[in-house]
Amino acid sequence: MSTQNTSDTVTAILVRHQRDATRLVQILREIQEQEDWISPEAIDTLEQELAVPRTKIEAVAGFYSFFYTRPKGRYRVLFSNNITDRMLRNIPLMERLCASLWVERGKVSEDGLVSISTTSCTGMCDQGPAILVNNMAITRLDEARVDAIAELIRAQVPLADWPPEFFHVEDNIRRSDILLDTVLEPGDALRTALARQPNESVAASSSRSWREGLPGTEGGPAAMLDEMMRSRLRGRGGAGFATGLKWEACRNAPLKPGQQRIIVCNADEGEPGTFKDRVLLTRRADQVFEGMTVAAYTVGAQRGFLYLRGEYRYLLDPLNAVLARRREEGLLGSNILGVPGLDFDIEIHLGAGAYVCGEESALIESLEGKRGTPRNRPPFPVTNGYLDQPTVVNNVETFVAAALIALKGGDWYGTMGTSKSSGTKLLSVSGDCARPGIYEYPFGVTVARVLEDCGAEHTQAVQISGASGVCLASSEFGRHIGFEDIPTAGAFMVFNKSRDMFEVARNFIHFFAHESCGFCTPCRVGTTLLKNMMDKLAHGRGSLYDFGEIEKLNQILLATSHCGLGHSACNPVLDTIEKFRPAYERHLLHDQFVPAFDLDRALAGARQMTGRDDDAAHIGDME
Amino acid sequence: MSEGNFTLDGEDIPFQEGQTIMQAAMAAGKYIPHLCYHPEFKPHGSCKLCTVRVNGRATASCTQRAASGAVVESNTHAINDERRALLQMLFVEGNHFCPSCEKSGNCQLQATAYELGMMSPHYDHFFPNRPVDASHPEYLLDFNRCILCSLCIRASRDVDGKNVFALSGRGIKTRLIVNAKSGRLADTNFSEADKAAHVCPVGVILKKRKGFAQPIGGRTFDLNPISATPHPTIKEG
Amino acid sequence: MDAPTKKLKVATTSLAGCFGCHMSFLDIDERLFALLDLVEFDRSPITDIKHCGPCDIGIVEGGLCNAENVHVLREFRANCRILIAIGACAVNGGLPAQRNSLSLPAILEEIYHAQHGLTHGSIPDDPELPLPLDKVHPLHEVVKVDYFIPGCPPSGDAIWKVLTDLLAGREPELGHGLIHYD
Repeated sequence: MSTQNTSDTVTAILVRHQRDATRLVQILREIQEQEDWISPEAIDTLEQELAVPRTKIEAVAGFYSFFYTRPKGRYRVLFSNNITDRMLRNIPLMERLCASLWVERGKVSEDGLVSISTTSCTGMCDQGPAILVNNMAITRLDEARVDAIAELIRAQVPLADWPPEFFHVEDNIRRSDILLDTVLEPGDALRTALARQPNESVAASSSRSWREGLPGTEGGPAAMLDEMMRSRLRGRGGAGFATGLKWEACRNAPLKPGQQRIIVCNADEGEPGTFKDRVLLTRRADQVFEGMTVAAYTVGAQRGFLYLRGEYRYLLDPLNAVLARRREEGLLGSNILGVPGLDFDIEIHLGAGAYVCGEESALIESLEGKRGTPRNRPPFPVTNGYLDQPTVVNNVETFVAAALIALKGGDWYGTMGTSKSSGTKLLSVSGDCARPGIYEYPFGVTVARVLEDCGAEHTQAVQISGASGVCLASSEFGRHIGFEDIPTAGAFMVFNKSRDMFEVARNFIHFFAHESCGFCTPCRVGTTLLKNMMDKLAHGRGSLYDFGEIEKLNQILLATSHCGLGHSACNPVLDTIEKFRPAYERHLLHDQFVPAFDLDRALAGARQMTGRDDDAAHIGDME
Repeated sequence: MSEGNFTLDGEDIPFQEGQTIMQAAMAAGKYIPHLCYHPEFKPHGSCKLCTVRVNGRATASCTQRAASGAVVESNTHAINDERRALLQMLFVEGNHFCPSCEKSGNCQLQATAYELGMMSPHYDHFFPNRPVDASHPEYLLDFNRCILCSLCIRASRDVDGKNVFALSGRGIKTRLIVNAKSGRLADTNFSEADKAAHVCPVGVILKKRKGFAQPIGGRTFDLNPISATPHPTIKEG
Repeated sequence: MDAPTKKLKVATTSLAGCFGCHMSFLDIDERLFALLDLVEFDRSPITDIKHCGPCDIGIVEGGLCNAENVHVLREFRANCRILIAIGACAVNGGLPAQRNSLSLPAILEEIYHAQHGLTHGSIPDDPELPLPLDKVHPLHEVVKVDYFIPGCPPSGDAIWKVLTDLLAGREPELGHGLIHYD
């Protein structure tokens, strides 16, 4: 593509984004989509037209996995490399595609047509092995599909003309409860919230019974907040902070001149093994947006964002269509449902391949067009979030539940679940079971019950809440899903007795090393050291020495990392060492320390250059 | 302005509202090991060398506000073990060959490692390939020694108003970049007068033709340990 | 220090090093006499003994740049109760490791074939010569090392301090002025 064309393309994108540098991530994504990469010439235009230093643009472009500052081919194939994809034999399929297209893994083909590599979990664990082609999801890969894809790429068929069934994503809802069973008419929840009037005690307990821009007589926000408090809803992203308290804190946060409150829906579902938000955004998009609007009404926000992970790019157009319809129906925009001053709108920002952006402050950085580095906290987003404004960040499922609470009331919702975990929870079940998919249960359900329902047999272990979660052995299957026992963001990966739990942990450690943002020393270097140590064991070079080193490293990561990524990077190893020690001991082949690298192979280059192959040209492992 | 006290390793440390633990400790003449912190710049909190325990909870003291009555532990065996491990991580991540480095003796990474008694890098070295940038007539950039502390970035952005430096890449591939399409320092507006030319705690940003000007024995940290002079004005030439 | 009834056996060697650390060892000067009351030397450039037998302490200078270095290091590790890496090269590869950013074939090609002024150059292939490793490694990456004395070279005082600490059963510690990496 010529320089002039690039410049015109970039300029057109910039015009659409009002040359607003806080939208840099979105701008770069659109350039990438249109140009197949982000060329130095594209950055030239950005530098001039945005009037920001080149360093800032390159800093952001270099951070996200799905941005390429070097050509990566017209077809960029990424194999999801979660452990569930591995168990479905994704690697042989990738090798088959590489062989078929004459391209080396991670490299670009000589003709510049295609590159093939791996990526972190793409959220299709119930229908893997999955890939992304130019960021569009393709599921249920098998040899026939791989061969067909190779043919399509060779023939340079545009992605839009590929067989639509390749891109079909199943919802696989296996068990539903209140959240999935209740189908709201758009606007119902909001209308009910508007109609609520606070009783006297609520009005007295609220520091403000109105919000900026609304008539002083409007009592609904305080009443809605009261319903949220009574629902005892806790955040569904995993941390479990009380949603009502978060909304109240944002509502009470003072605004500086020119500021407004912000509602952010965290749809950066990056935790390996999690895909329930994908299903909610497919099936219940209205309810997600309605929950956000209820939140906006309650806390007094005028602007909302849905931060959608880049892997779910295919959902962007349908979601934008829902937003457009809601605007037409008066459910978004100015004077929503005819209430003067009730103004709120939502826009969708896409991520670009960075798990760490699921951390709320990193997500906000990304929304502001920056590298997704978690902020120093405090201050927290509820007071100093998006562009330093009070910001509520909640998970997709939290907003769906909030819409339900708006409609049916906090007391109703609070009757379900357990004392510390009200309501229901969506589980993304994958791995060794007959019926992977979405299961909704009231909190308190046992792991054993879920295993029975999904048709899991000979189960050795369950990894709950993804790579950063907890690994349960069979003796713990009587435990309960809930904040008082096993909190979860929703992932539920099943491993039968044929699986090597060491390899499961190793897959997760590779994930963390790949996704570390690189900001702090312990996580940046420590996750790579941990990865190298796990690889050393995997290569049969392990001894008790390495075991001790892994345990020490875990402690350092836990104590000194900047954010949850580094803190939880240890979890998979700690859990599996404790519960599946024999899986590790199989890899401790040596009594004494052995080097991580193969000494004899380290002589291969010299052998080749000298043509020697005598005894002295080799080093044995032991002497 | 309100004031208060916290204890650092059992000693009372006064602080003023808004001060971080690091700031209050330094004002009281107490040394907490650190690399990315510099009193003239906004705290960054990335190197994590300054991690302390506040009421038992680990946190970076350069970003943590001091709170009245807090019990802060810093100079303990366990915490110094963690710090030593962080230093070892920095040493194996880059290529730190002190004997041939112009910054040796004036290097905060090296001096902090001395302070904490780091006898070896312990971990396996990454031996990354990081070409140097010798394009600039007056300055050399040796990325082999970069510890990603971002002090040059902050200095260039916040003091010089130039944005000569930034971090790009992610994770272990994070790297220092300069503000030029060519990627070369010579093609930026970097100059010797910049604050950014004088803040590198290690030997990345070096004045050319000035190496090894001070004899061994007379360099900053030959004379005093870093705990006694955490931020000496390093004299050039 | 009370003289032990039985002298400790000490072996020393230099691998990919410059013998500078051994020279510095000699810089403990007249304290050598005190040391010799406590230890006797096995394999060492000082004794010219070619292979070490069972020893209490092995002191190894230099990193690992070729196959022979690996064999010698393994001999030391197998025979020495306590193994000490001495000097920058043993500790982190030192100067020789600065070749690690280049590929070994490219280095050999440059040195023996391409370099300006060479005619009919050839890469030495005599079986007597140890083959170089693709990268230079510090000792601890290949065997377990018990103690380290950094420095290029460490001063005689630093070496003396570590040895006397060890002989007295103390954990060796170098304070300001003794610990240095250059």
